[in-house]
Amino acid sequence: MSFRMARRRVVNVVMLGATGVCAVMSVLALCFILGYLLWNGGHYLSWDFLTKLPTPVGQSGGGMANAIVGSGKILLIAAVTGIPVGLLAGVYLAEFGGNTMTFMVRYAADLLNGVPSIVTGIFAYTLVVLPFHEFSALAGGLALGIMVIPVVMRSTEDFLRAVPGTLLEGALALGTSRWRGIATVVVPAAFRGIATGILLSMARVAGETAPLLFTSFNNRYWSTGWMQPTASLPVMIFTYAISPYDDWQRQAWAAGFVLLMLVLLINICARALLLRGQPTGR
Amino acid sequence: MNKHLKMYAPFLLLVGFAVVALVSVTRPSSPAPAPSPTRALIMALAPPSPTNVLLNAAGATFPYPIYSQWFDVYHQLHPDVEINYQSIGSGGGIQQLKAGTVDFGASDMPLNDKLLATFSFKIIQFPTVLGAVMPTYNIPGVTATLNFTPQSLAGIYLGQITKWNDPAIAKANPGVSLPGNNIVVVHRSDGSGTTFVWTDYLSKVSPQWKSRVGSNTSVNWPVGLGGKGNEGVTGIVKETPYSIGYVELVYALQTHLPYGTVQNSSGHFIKASLATVTAAAAGAAAKMQNDVRVSITNAPGANAYPICSFTYLLIPAHIADGTKRQIIKGFLHWMLTDGQKYTEPLAYASLPDAVAAIEMGHISEVN
Amino acid sequence: MAAGSRPPQAAANAKSFAARLRNGDEIAHLITLIFAALVCLIVGLLVFQLYRNSSVSRHQFGWTFFVSRAWDPVFGDFGALPFIYGTVVTSVLSLMIAVPLGVGGAIFLAEFAPPRLSDMLTFVVELLAAVPSVIFGLLGIFVVVPVMRTTVDPFLQKFLGYTPLFTGPIYGVGFLTAGVVLAIMIVPYILSVSREVLLAVPADQREAALGLGATRWEAIWQVVVPYAKTGILGSIFLALARALGETMAVTMVIGNDPKISASLLAPGYTIAAVIANEFTEATGKLYLQSLIELGLVLFIITVILNGLARLLILATTKGGTIQT
Repeated sequence: MSFRMARRRVVNVVMLGATGVCAVMSVLALCFILGYLLWNGGHYLSWDFLTKLPTPVGQSGGGMANAIVGSGKILLIAAVTGIPVGLLAGVYLAEFGGNTMTFMVRYAADLLNGVPSIVTGIFAYTLVVLPFHEFSALAGGLALGIMVIPVVMRSTEDFLRAVPGTLLEGALALGTSRWRGIATVVVPAAFRGIATGILLSMARVAGETAPLLFTSFNNRYWSTGWMQPTASLPVMIFTYAISPYDDWQRQAWAAGFVLLMLVLLINICARALLLRGQPTGR
Repeated sequence: MNKHLKMYAPFLLLVGFAVVALVSVTRPSSPAPAPSPTRALIMALAPPSPTNVLLNAAGATFPYPIYSQWFDVYHQLHPDVEINYQSIGSGGGIQQLKAGTVDFGASDMPLNDKLLATFSFKIIQFPTVLGAVMPTYNIPGVTATLNFTPQSLAGIYLGQITKWNDPAIAKANPGVSLPGNNIVVVHRSDGSGTTFVWTDYLSKVSPQWKSRVGSNTSVNWPVGLGGKGNEGVTGIVKETPYSIGYVELVYALQTHLPYGTVQNSSGHFIKASLATVTAAAAGAAAKMQNDVRVSITNAPGANAYPICSFTYLLIPAHIADGTKRQIIKGFLHWMLTDGQKYTEPLAYASLPDAVAAIEMGHISEVN
Repeated sequence: MAAGSRPPQAAANAKSFAARLRNGDEIAHLITLIFAALVCLIVGLLVFQLYRNSSVSRHQFGWTFFVSRAWDPVFGDFGALPFIYGTVVTSVLSLMIAVPLGVGGAIFLAEFAPPRLSDMLTFVVELLAAVPSVIFGLLGIFVVVPVMRTTVDPFLQKFLGYTPLFTGPIYGVGFLTAGVVLAIMIVPYILSVSREVLLAVPADQREAALGLGATRWEAIWQVVVPYAKTGILGSIFLALARALGETMAVTMVIGNDPKISASLLAPGYTIAAVIANEFTEATGKLYLQSLIELGLVLFIITVILNGLARLLILATTKGGTIQT
């Protein structure tokens, strides 16, 4: 009997240790990734890298200035197309929706969320690139915008629903119409959560490569306007990483570092925003 | 309203700051005249100005080093002309030209009549340079230049020769101690003109290859890992011990990878170089009078390197946009004259004079 | 309640359409409805485009597309089997590695760790989910592949080489490497959702088990985890759906060879990877549409899996009904 008890105690301790190891390994993975990128990428990060254009193949030097700005442009389009749609659809679901419509829209958003990014790339290609006969930042931005919609919609709906109904009722009691009540009282009350959703969605699409491969393509130079092929950080990382040139590989590390820092920073800001909002509740 | 401004102000400030930060960091210091940060931002967001013309091109990775140099030099000579060439493989160049997303394409594989018929518009093909495809390898401990017979290359790529110390390879390399490791075969995963040249050669020297696999930009490989572009194949060979891959000469040179000799139709083991590639193209000029699409793999000649090829620019015969038409015609003219001086340092052979003369005549067909 | 904002004469015409439009509420309702409908429209259009642009290959190959091993652009014969195989194998492999790690870590963070430590560590793990795929690919090429090639693969081949799973030449890239990289990518999903599900288990379940004399581990393993089983299963489905669609990291470490082989050390290909590599250069309608048909297949699989996942997670965290 006492042997059995001892064995149970040992198993208890061992499993505590084993699960702890699992948790620690998962945490260490991120630390390793960050550390390795910092070591390799931060090492080669230079002013040249941030401000110069790529050089011809085989020549060293040059940088990814156009890719950084290009990524910014594509993300801007993704934000402009995806955020309003997600926001307003979320408002609909939270405030106006009927039963069937709500179910359909939620299901559609879930589908969009689960679509592999390469498939949204195909979609944007058939919809924008082919008719206009042009690879463009617009096509890339649209492909990413589609991925932004479900995240923004879900967080908007969740946080609007979390706002106590008494707030809106108070506004209505003071004589305002329903839409004004929602726009000026409920949405600002849920603003933190909505902003979190927006930031998280942008962080997610900032790192997407696959949809950009055949929508915004790539550009050796600055791209002007919105309807030209545009260089972007993730595509450049991919192109340089699989190449055999040491200089290009170094640039891939540096670009990876920049991209990762950007994504992590946005994520941390988003979560900090959310955490700060929770105690006040509103 | 004040309240809401206070609410949204930090958000807007953050966005504004990000924009300003982006702009101030992206001060372009390339050879082109550097605009001020605000001008760069306006340029980046505004529609294309009438003075700056961007042409899009895509295609072969085979000539990518020389093309990227050419377009860069041409941009310095004509600062308002930007030719954006993306090396996505010959298959990509053909497909994107067909889809109309690029202004011109590039392919190592000349388009045959059947393929031309699938286009809705006429294409004129301009050979640009001559290049060589060689077997490059990464065998720890072996620094010597290996000799490859056609049969050994076909056998390796058919998956029949699996070890480096196979008699077929050892026989051609007496005195070299080859390890007993498995050969890691590397080929292209994308649609590639380099693949076309390689498989064209293998089809000519191995009936078994011809019937089982055939030659095209993309084939059903019996064995091997796939790399994206010449760059990808070189990258995999560089990182993977005991591997062999086929790449254009300049890629092996630029990355200091060893490459082997190939036995030509006269029985000599020839190493790819300017001289041997030029020798392979010796008889081509006469054939190109009527049709520039010639294959020079397994060419006759004692000093001819057996796996080389012309590479082609695919230009639409009719270009609606007048500015672009002038630019393309001007570039073609420059390419056939001054451009040929840049080929040697990158180990591409320049076009034989007779061929360049033929092409000059074809430029006028672009209208 | 909104009557106060309307001018008196409009009250009389309230029922007429024009008047209803003047009422801000109806416009707001209409605008948001339009955008909500837009979401449905986008999905419908996406499915329609995928379906329409794969018509040639669907008619040409029919159902044999799913069982054909061919991928021959020269002779125009395409089949999905090597890619489905590669996608399934790498995803299953990644689950086999990620599930113990994720569920184990979730158990630790939900049950053993003090709350603040648990929150902090979960925060860090969730950041792992935000790392872009191409960065995993970058690290895959330069860190994971050499380690696999020099250490792990030879080790596995030495001790398990008699099974057909670990035979053949060692490339470094291949199914196993792709599975390992994918596992690192999907662990955060399993860990964070499982942790939430475990935290949602009512305290009295644990306390009852402890009151009966169980050790902490026994209480967790025999009472809490079975209670949260469906939710954990849901998180696994979610992670699986993510792994199936993963493109960049996989294509950089799998070897890009459309072959079916029993050995995990051999190179392979997945649906997402082949589309990424060959889409811009698919010459010919049949080739391009075969790739799009592959995209359609992937879409359908992920839709089914995501639907199942949502149902399972919902049943445990919100529904409250115990399903054993």
